[in-house]
Amino acid sequence: MTLAVAHTGAIAARHIRTFRRQPWWIAISLMQPVIYLLLFGALFGELASTAAFGGSYVDFLLPGIVVMSALSSGGWAGTASIDDIKGGVMDRMLVTPVRRAAVILGHLGQQALIVTLQALVLIGLGLAIGARFDGGIWGLAVMLGASVLLGTAIGALSHAIALLARTQETLIAVSQGIILPMTFLSTTFMVTALMPEWMATVAVYNPLTWAVDAARGAVDGSGDVAFIVSRLGWLAIFLVVSLVLALQAFRRYRRTI
Amino acid sequence: MTLEPAIRTIDLVKEYPGDVHALDGVTFDVREGEVFALLGPNGAGKTTTVKILTTLSRPTSGEARVAGFDVVREAGNVRQAIGVVAQRAGADPTATGRENLSLQGRFFGMGGRALRTRIDALLELVGLTDAADRVTSTYSGGMTRRLDIAMGLVHGPRILFLDEPTTGLDPEVRATMWDEIRRLAAQERLTILLTTHYLEEADRLAGRLVILDAGRIVAAGTPDELKSGLRGDAIAIELGDGAAEPQVRAALSRVPGVDELRFDDRTVHLRVAAGASALPGVLSAIDATGVAVASATVSRPSLDDVYLRHTGRSFASAERTLQEAIR
Repeated sequence: MTLAVAHTGAIAARHIRTFRRQPWWIAISLMQPVIYLLLFGALFGELASTAAFGGSYVDFLLPGIVVMSALSSGGWAGTASIDDIKGGVMDRMLVTPVRRAAVILGHLGQQALIVTLQALVLIGLGLAIGARFDGGIWGLAVMLGASVLLGTAIGALSHAIALLARTQETLIAVSQGIILPMTFLSTTFMVTALMPEWMATVAVYNPLTWAVDAARGAVDGSGDVAFIVSRLGWLAIFLVVSLVLALQAFRRYRRTI
Repeated sequence: MTLEPAIRTIDLVKEYPGDVHALDGVTFDVREGEVFALLGPNGAGKTTTVKILTTLSRPTSGEARVAGFDVVREAGNVRQAIGVVAQRAGADPTATGRENLSLQGRFFGMGGRALRTRIDALLELVGLTDAADRVTSTYSGGMTRRLDIAMGLVHGPRILFLDEPTTGLDPEVRATMWDEIRRLAAQERLTILLTTHYLEEADRLAGRLVILDAGRIVAAGTPDELKSGLRGDAIAIELGDGAAEPQVRAALSRVPGVDELRFDDRTVHLRVAAGASALPGVLSAIDATGVAVASATVSRPSLDDVYLRHTGRSFASAERTLQEAIR
């Protein structure tokens, strides 16, 4: 167990170091969320700053954008596995006594850090454009927690796809093919009350909705504690299931070498 | 105490989906402290053997033991005992040499001062001290390979696997590499299993070797044993255009002292007791058939001849066939 933790730490440190050497990556990863935040905010600001959205669309939108950026960076996580497979780093690790789970968990550790940094930048940007955080520091902490849970869960699924597909092209096609509809079939941009009925039904089962609703309720201070805790609980279960799938895919990968 | 060989394989078979027989019953022993080579053209099964012995891949059937442990049931113990330098570079290109070594050490439970000291010593050993803090994507081919070797040695393994250690390196770098491998083997008291498709490399480095061809062992022994199994010298004659094989074959079989006769594309290979004195007779016999001779070479027996003798084709032609198959 301690060995597994040490190995996970060592691998997380490796990926974080790689990330530190390319800090511009965070700016690129934030381009899309920032465009959504500024343009959607401006586009629908007038129309949607109504009671249904709690009075201010920017306040409504910001938690959604923070969670969405966690989702999309999670989607790219698997590229690390593919790079390692193609570069021979994976084989090199597998002939050592490294704990197999640490290879995946270590990278998800880096993911958690990236998600946190992205959230901090977006919160700062939100403040600059006049978003309010009535839920205070705890509200922000819940938003961060929900983002990390969702981002690492999606990251684990991305690794699972990567280990089965083994090409960047397939991984990108599959993950983008899931992430974009998933974003619109959630409460990121819209309340369920104003969605077509089928969309509202789908959105309820979407983990992105769980994360966005928990974050939104906590950040504006209006959310019911039991509701927020239950959504975080669902996200935790989603993360565990995703991890199991990733580790299964990894086992299957190792069997085919 | 029974002295078990460092590596033992018994009737290893590996089949890949689609009925590809990568290994077809491979049995050999590697003794403690020796340098042992698996020699063969690309696709012969060398890398597959290494993958099984290093626990990366499972055999379809058969048994393999490394450092006294079963590679399937006791894979964890095997991994602790071995160092692996794969054919492809395995270093993280975004990390420095030192960082790669440090991560590798941590996988073996090393850390702190002991690990730092070991890394410094290894960097010195492979001559990378000055480049240690550079990102490895800036390394040359030879430097990358030396880092790979250092990574394989971090935890002080007893057995080192070198899969095609000099493939893709310049000839001068290759020769330096051979010296380094010899030095390392002695200094770190290693048992080394190396694979190569360079006959010269096996000849220079290996105490004993097996020749693999299409997943089977076709010959085994020391380089000298294998070469002395061949009587006499080899003559290779490249024929000009319009050569008719039956004609030439009939003419040469009448030349006294010609032992073996083999056609390989446009080249005819002969074995004779004394090459230089037999050559004029051979050439005049070919001349009598009206076939032109493009070139003739006489050579002392080499591992290439051993390969030819056991597989019926020259090493170069085996490689060529494979490249055509891939294309």
